[in-house]
Amino acid sequence: MTTNVSDPSGVRAHAISKSFALPDAPGTRRLALSGISFSMAASELVSLVGPSGCGKSTLLRLIAGLDVPDSGELLVGNEKILGPSAERGLVFQDPNLFPWLTVRRNIEAGLAARGVLREKRNEVDEFMRLVGLEAFANAYPHHLSGGMAQRVALARALINHPKVLLLDEPLGALDAFTRMRMQDEVLRLWENRRTTMLLVTHDIDEAIYMSDRILIMTQAPGRIDREIDIDLARPRDRTSDSFLRFRSEILEHLHFAGNVAPRSSHC
Amino acid sequence: MNAHATAPNKLSILPWPMQLAVPVASLITFGTHLLIAPKAPPLETHSYMLLFWEILGVSIVLSIAQRFWPALRKWMRHIWPIFSAAILLIGAWDVITAGLHLLPLPYFPGPAAILRSLISDRALLLDSTWHSLVLLLSGYTLGVIVGLVSGVCIGWSSSVRYWGMPLLKVVGPIPATAWIPIAMVVSPSAIMSSAGLIALAVWFPVTMLTASGISNTRASYLDVARTLGAGRLYLIFRVAIPAAVPNIFIGLFMGLGASFLTLVVAESLGVKSGLGWYVSWAQGWAEYGKVFAALIIMAAFFSTVMTLLFKLRDRVLVWQKGMIKW
Repeated sequence: MTTNVSDPSGVRAHAISKSFALPDAPGTRRLALSGISFSMAASELVSLVGPSGCGKSTLLRLIAGLDVPDSGELLVGNEKILGPSAERGLVFQDPNLFPWLTVRRNIEAGLAARGVLREKRNEVDEFMRLVGLEAFANAYPHHLSGGMAQRVALARALINHPKVLLLDEPLGALDAFTRMRMQDEVLRLWENRRTTMLLVTHDIDEAIYMSDRILIMTQAPGRIDREIDIDLARPRDRTSDSFLRFRSEILEHLHFAGNVAPRSSHC
Repeated sequence: MNAHATAPNKLSILPWPMQLAVPVASLITFGTHLLIAPKAPPLETHSYMLLFWEILGVSIVLSIAQRFWPALRKWMRHIWPIFSAAILLIGAWDVITAGLHLLPLPYFPGPAAILRSLISDRALLLDSTWHSLVLLLSGYTLGVIVGLVSGVCIGWSSSVRYWGMPLLKVVGPIPATAWIPIAMVVSPSAIMSSAGLIALAVWFPVTMLTASGISNTRASYLDVARTLGAGRLYLIFRVAIPAAVPNIFIGLFMGLGASFLTLVVAESLGVKSGLGWYVSWAQGWAEYGKVFAALIIMAAFFSTVMTLLFKLRDRVLVWQKGMIKW
């Protein structure tokens, strides 16, 4: 938590709570997030890990501005998040490419949406190259493999030069090998552009391999339980002792290691 | 290895049975006519004969051309069996009507008599087709435009949906033709009221399907677009509408079917021109050859319009190619 307050691409969350109405029981609400506070420095890559339903995606949607918290404050730099904006890109597990647009037009979509396509058309080629998809410029999304489609989604999100890139299990639907390749690809994009990235993942190895810092969330209601700095040099060795030590530390914390009895406060 | 080498050869010309199918079917059908109707009016027989000479001639020319033109060959391979069957079916029709008199005259004339009516009344038929085309296109276009606008509004805005949907659900299902008595009173001319009725018939399915397409746009497409900096206009015109296009086309097809029906009924009741009017006029004179002639023109006309809409859809929805089996 060494964030400089005036950091223009840093993210700060202060005491965020969010609840949802339960459709089955009118009048009752489920608390999804409770008192979430954290901060990210500019150009930091932070992962959120935790069990399903702990509100990771909800938190990401709040930062994206797609939902509004019940209470608390969210800031990028010194500006309060009031709604969605091109400053905060979002990539989902499903690439959500527009199926009616070619790869090139999908990547252009961010420029077209802001009405700056004419001035910045030359950037499109740069981003196509950046994700290595020049050959597929005129292909439609359903012809792409999962990995390629996700690369298009990354290029589409990055073309607006967002201050923050929010990644909601972006590699979750890929097979193990494609996934590891894509982790390197995302790291390369991050090192290349120094975009602040917040990555939601189920995969603890992925979190350790990629992040500067890991926030561990627990569920019902979702809160940040623990944060771990990953002070390993990149590229990281997935089989090194220090890597495995982080792994067992996190697993232990999530009660998946050996015979550790679950702590009642988490369920 | 051998199989691979010979495969292209086998495809390089149309098989002989297929090449011969159309000429043989023509000869059978025309021969049958000579056998069963030797006392038919010579003019009928003459034009009927000319038709088959033409078919024969064209089929021979195409049989030669397909050796050098693979696209034509592919088309013929697809269409020739059906086409031959259609010719034989005409022969069967001839046997049932002119030959065996199984169906009562004058209601069921033979194919030669229908062809004669088609030729002798061609000027009026052409004129009627033109009038029908103008009426159909003006009504359909109006209905589509209004339907798209109302469909997008209902699909996008929940308050428009609240007020508009009940009206749509109550008024829409009334068949447009049921409005004819009122339309005749309201509108200054029969043509205008018919165009309005066709538009009404088209408006309902187009609105319904457009609205459901728009409101079922995947939320995540809209979310992604918002995080790309999209405003409302972009969300509607560049995300929701493109996402709804497959649905919209279903509405356009349903509307087209409804417009054919309304066109023919409106023409036979109020308008003094067009194919629908022609059919009821010919019926009044008990000239059933002309009735069938008009039906044949309608079949050709409507199926052509339908085919054009299919072509348009294939073009617009090219991004679905390989994704959905049409």
